[in-house]
Amino acid sequence: MHYAWKELKKAASMQLETKEDRVAVLGNCSTQLFATALQGQARLCGINVLVYDAEYDQIDVQLIDPLSEVYCFQPDEILLWISSQRLYEEFMVLPVTEKSGYADKVLQRLRYYWDLIAGNCGARVLQMNFTEIQDKPLGQFSCKVEETFTYQIRKLNASLQEAMAADRNIYPVDLLSVQVRIGQEQFFHAPFYYSAKMPVSLDGISYMAEAATGVLTAMHGHMKKCIITDLDNTLWGGIVGDDGIGGIEIGELGRGHAFTNLQRWLKQLKEYGVILAVCSKNEEKVAREPFEKHREMVLRLDDFSVFVADWKDKAANICLIQETLNIGMDAIVFLDDSPFERGLVRQAIPALEVPELPEDPALCLEYLQYCNYFEAISYASADGNRTGMYQAEFARRQSQTSYGSLDGYLQSLGMEGRVQPFSSDNFARVAQLTQRSNQFNLRTVRYTQEEIARIAKSSQYLTLAFSLKDKYGDYGLVAVAILEKKSVTEVFIDTWLMSCRVFKRGMEEFVMNCMVRIVRQHGFLLINAQYLPTAKNVPVKDIYTKMGFTEIQENWYCLKTNDYQQQKNFIKEVRNDEEDRSF
Amino acid sequence: MKRTEVFKKLTDICREVFEDEKLIITEETNAQEVAGWDSLTHFSLISELEMAFNIRFTLGEIQGCKNVRELVDALLLHLEEKDL
Repeated sequence: MHYAWKELKKAASMQLETKEDRVAVLGNCSTQLFATALQGQARLCGINVLVYDAEYDQIDVQLIDPLSEVYCFQPDEILLWISSQRLYEEFMVLPVTEKSGYADKVLQRLRYYWDLIAGNCGARVLQMNFTEIQDKPLGQFSCKVEETFTYQIRKLNASLQEAMAADRNIYPVDLLSVQVRIGQEQFFHAPFYYSAKMPVSLDGISYMAEAATGVLTAMHGHMKKCIITDLDNTLWGGIVGDDGIGGIEIGELGRGHAFTNLQRWLKQLKEYGVILAVCSKNEEKVAREPFEKHREMVLRLDDFSVFVADWKDKAANICLIQETLNIGMDAIVFLDDSPFERGLVRQAIPALEVPELPEDPALCLEYLQYCNYFEAISYASADGNRTGMYQAEFARRQSQTSYGSLDGYLQSLGMEGRVQPFSSDNFARVAQLTQRSNQFNLRTVRYTQEEIARIAKSSQYLTLAFSLKDKYGDYGLVAVAILEKKSVTEVFIDTWLMSCRVFKRGMEEFVMNCMVRIVRQHGFLLINAQYLPTAKNVPVKDIYTKMGFTEIQENWYCLKTNDYQQQKNFIKEVRNDEEDRSF
Repeated sequence: MKRTEVFKKLTDICREVFEDEKLIITEETNAQEVAGWDSLTHFSLISELEMAFNIRFTLGEIQGCKNVRELVDALLLHLEEKDL
């Protein structure tokens, strides 16, 4: 949701109870109003951000001095905003001979800042990319002349992308796309720039704050993971039940083209790891037919993790889908062309995201792109396989009904589990789990990939990454534990979380058995643990008592490793000695 | 738009920007007299006025307006230009 500057300014002083997130803003321009807007926008999104706005044009001084105000503020994140306006002024007076090396020079400066930050504090870096300036000293020809600003700023953005891709601690904020979206006339306010070195209008600042907050919300684990979509007049034009499979609009012509592009977009989202599901009021057979038989459909049945088409209430069906996927309602976006259905669903499930799709299908895709629902702070290419996992989950659920007892069913799955220490090939997935898991997460500590790598290397921790497979498929890495060594005899469970995909399989028992065994092998006698309640992790409230821990005070537990009773489960452990030694 | 109309609209915007519903504005009011009218809120005020009246102030006006009268003068000038 977009807020105007004045709303953000008001919200900046809003009080929140949640944990503070400290952000230092550093720029080579006037950043004060942006800093206020960022604090407001973040707080409106429920993140208790406290912004420290460094003095004007103090980047070098603040980052070089280890005792600077910025470092003393102990920021969780440092946002770097290098304004193109200022670069342009620098560029114009460079001798022509130096102009062609300008992008490299600026990138070098950025890397220098990143190194200083990494050396002086553990803050993550939010890096703004570069907006463009309309200057064509050689007209269109400027685009191929290295010595022009147009050429250099575009080169700079391209090399910045590469540099960020190689550095896990850098999180991009796409300022350029804000400029493209609202247009230079609305983005830049020349009189403001010349009177206060403010390179962006107040309107532009509100969009910038929105972009930067997107990164912070993802860092706090608020991410959309799934799109549930209606069919008739949403995925194609017309009503398949009335118009028949030959009568629906899809393909490359007219209105059909707009629906085709929406399908392409959804298909692409699926490839990046978003779960797709269908919820439609239709006869199931009729609803499936276009996916099976229509040549011009982009999406196919196997792109969807769940497919529900019947005449029941949509809100009830959405709840069913959500339970099957076992993700939070607030992680789901629901697409429907009918304002009536949208209203009903929104009323029944307030946490669900229901975009107000434009009536004209030609506008839908652009509208959804602007909504920018899918912020992420990591990317693991294995995400694309999730659809298959959810489909396997359906097969499991269907077979579950044919077994009399749960034990019999679990035995029949032929589950195999495995535990390994964190290693460079799973840092990304481990970090992602800490960011995304909300329900089975005892302390809900979020880690970045960089932090996970640091923990893995530290001798202060025992790290455990669990994977699971069964006869229907491979779940991959699904549970994580981080144990902090507190003394020669004691460890503390800093993190214990599991992916919601493996609930109720005996995985928690399996994890605890392995955990206690490894802790014992290292000679520790006592495991301390804490349950930190959140709105979402109520289901694991009593897990430690269930596992035989003693509650020593509210939400604090301990276990003498020698008293531990093995917990029953049906997961066979795959072990090899080499791995055992590597913990 | 008449001067009184512009003045009334400006008063409403000032009350919102300076977060004071009872703020009294006269033609002579200047930044020193209003609590919260600092260099930063000045930009909020200018920006809100520009949006409300759909005009753009010049650099000279943003930096030079010493009191409300001069702001209203500038607004009226821009509004006239728009009507031409």
